[in-house]
Amino acid sequence: MSRLIRMDHTGHTTLAEWTEADQASFDLAVQQFHSELDDGFIAVHDQGAGQAEQLRELPRDAGLVILRRPIAGG
Amino acid sequence: MGAASGRAVLPELGQVPWRARTDQRYLRRNARTWTVWTLAYAIPFPAAALALVLLEPLAFPVALACLAHGWIIPELYAFRGASVLRPKGPRNERSEVAAQGLLGDLLDHEPRELQHATGLAMQHAGFGVWLVGEAGALLIPPGGRRVHCFCVRTTDRELPPSDRIAHLLLALRTDEEGFATVANHAFCGAPWRVRRRMPERMRPALDAARLAARAA
Repeated sequence: MSRLIRMDHTGHTTLAEWTEADQASFDLAVQQFHSELDDGFIAVHDQGAGQAEQLRELPRDAGLVILRRPIAGG
Repeated sequence: MGAASGRAVLPELGQVPWRARTDQRYLRRNARTWTVWTLAYAIPFPAAALALVLLEPLAFPVALACLAHGWIIPELYAFRGASVLRPKGPRNERSEVAAQGLLGDLLDHEPRELQHATGLAMQHAGFGVWLVGEAGALLIPPGGRRVHCFCVRTTDRELPPSDRIAHLLLALRTDEEGFATVANHAFCGAPWRVRRRMPERMRPALDAARLAARAA
């Protein structure tokens, strides 16, 4: 089961869950994914070992995709 | 794709198009500049104080003022460096539990324990060992003799503290050079100068990061 989560004021919110075999749930997740990117969120896939990748498309086998807000110098 | 590494570029770099991408050479040059700057305060003022007293003992009060300048100004810079780690913004205790869970999932066992105890997430990367806080980060390059202090935060200040750390950690993992470029460089100096001004709870994290940087 893959998950799309957004870091927000609640800690985090699960926006979508999908499996590789379930096209309908994946389509909903893709729709939600692009909607959040349009709202200014940045999608990240943490790959472990100190590496993460910014995503512009939602991979079907992503595992966990995290949406974050931009950062800035303080 | 990244100019240097071929990896993705942090999108936030678009906010600071005038900045050159931070690299090892920039960090070394910055460290040298900070050393010269510190010496420029730490040597002339005490020397002037000594000269004044030798020339005219009655100028003792002025000599004291010179000594104070030579001591206070480097202290203020180091204080600014340590301040990047101070907890800032709302604590959001209700949502912090969930945020802490997500941050814990992003960390291996030892960094997770360290973060839980000190509030700082340790991350090994190409420039050295990072300590990531809620609104800033420290970088200890290999050898552990220096520490760079960066002021950087998420644009949503209302997030729970662990989410703020997770934001910075994910950005750092995506593009370390970009992260260091977006962040504002606040200070560079000897770790002991920063350590004694850090909140006591956080000091073990700097000790652990220095040890890791020495071994790197």
